Amino acid sequence: MAIQIILNLLVALMWMFLSESYTTPTFFVGYIIGIGLLFLLRRFLPDIFYIVRLYRIFKLFVFIFIKELILSSVNIVALAYKPKLNVEPGIFKLPVELKSSWEITLLSSLISLTPGTLSVAVAEDQSSIYVHAMDLPDIEESINDIKATFEKAIMEVTR
Amino acid sequence: MIEIIVSLLILIGTFFTFSGSLGIVRFPDIFNRLHAATKAATLGVAGVLLGAFIFLVFDIGIISGKLILGIFFVLITAPISAHMISRAAYNSGVELTEETRHDQLEKDQPS
Repeated sequence: MAIQIILNLLVALMWMFLSESYTTPTFFVGYIIGIGLLFLLRRFLPDIFYIVRLYRIFKLFVFIFIKELILSSVNIVALAYKPKLNVEPGIFKLPVELKSSWEITLLSSLISLTPGTLSVAVAEDQSSIYVHAMDLPDIEESINDIKATFEKAIMEVTR
Repeated sequence: MIEIIVSLLILIGTFFTFSGSLGIVRFPDIFNRLHAATKAATLGVAGVLLGAFIFLVFDIGIISGKLILGIFFVLITAPISAHMISRAAYNSGVELTEETRHDQLEKDQPS
């Protein structure tokens, strides 16, 4: 991804020199031409086309993250005004398949901002995250829930 | 029209912040309180800042990058700080509430 962005910036810079106008609009025109060139040459570049990856990051952020954040806030607010709390809090162990610390940080942050879950600790060997859940009737279900949404979306971005 | 949107955003923001504080007072132990502190407060602050941003854009004509950066940094820092606080609390032996059903961290981390 990094090499593609550098190539794209180089194309934009060259476009500025070619058209001999060193202004921001020219740079953007050059950048768009660079995107087009990279798209045509995508078979010869390592990794997938980086605009696709940017789109996936955008999707992870907007569609999943914002949605879950709003849902979780509504959830918490509903609990805060409930006259009697009848929840079953608990800590469960979530095995993760993600490897790098960057991905695990992202996953634990996403867990903390979603309905009823809060990451408490990461295991020494980074093989699992301990998650505190506010209402935990069924451990398996919570694990599958997180695995199906966040871990899949993060893997789409990083792999 | 813009005024309505701005005031709605700010009202929603303050409502979520207030409910988060109420949750901090009412929930039983530190972990449950952190749930309220991170989620509701994040959305609350984001709502207020977004309202201020829209107001500045349409009323005064300033595109205030600081407000967007503020939302961004709140979104990044809230879960990290919640993680650190809960980790510190667990490691220094803060009790979980009596209603807690499962504690899978206990048997894996003897300390």
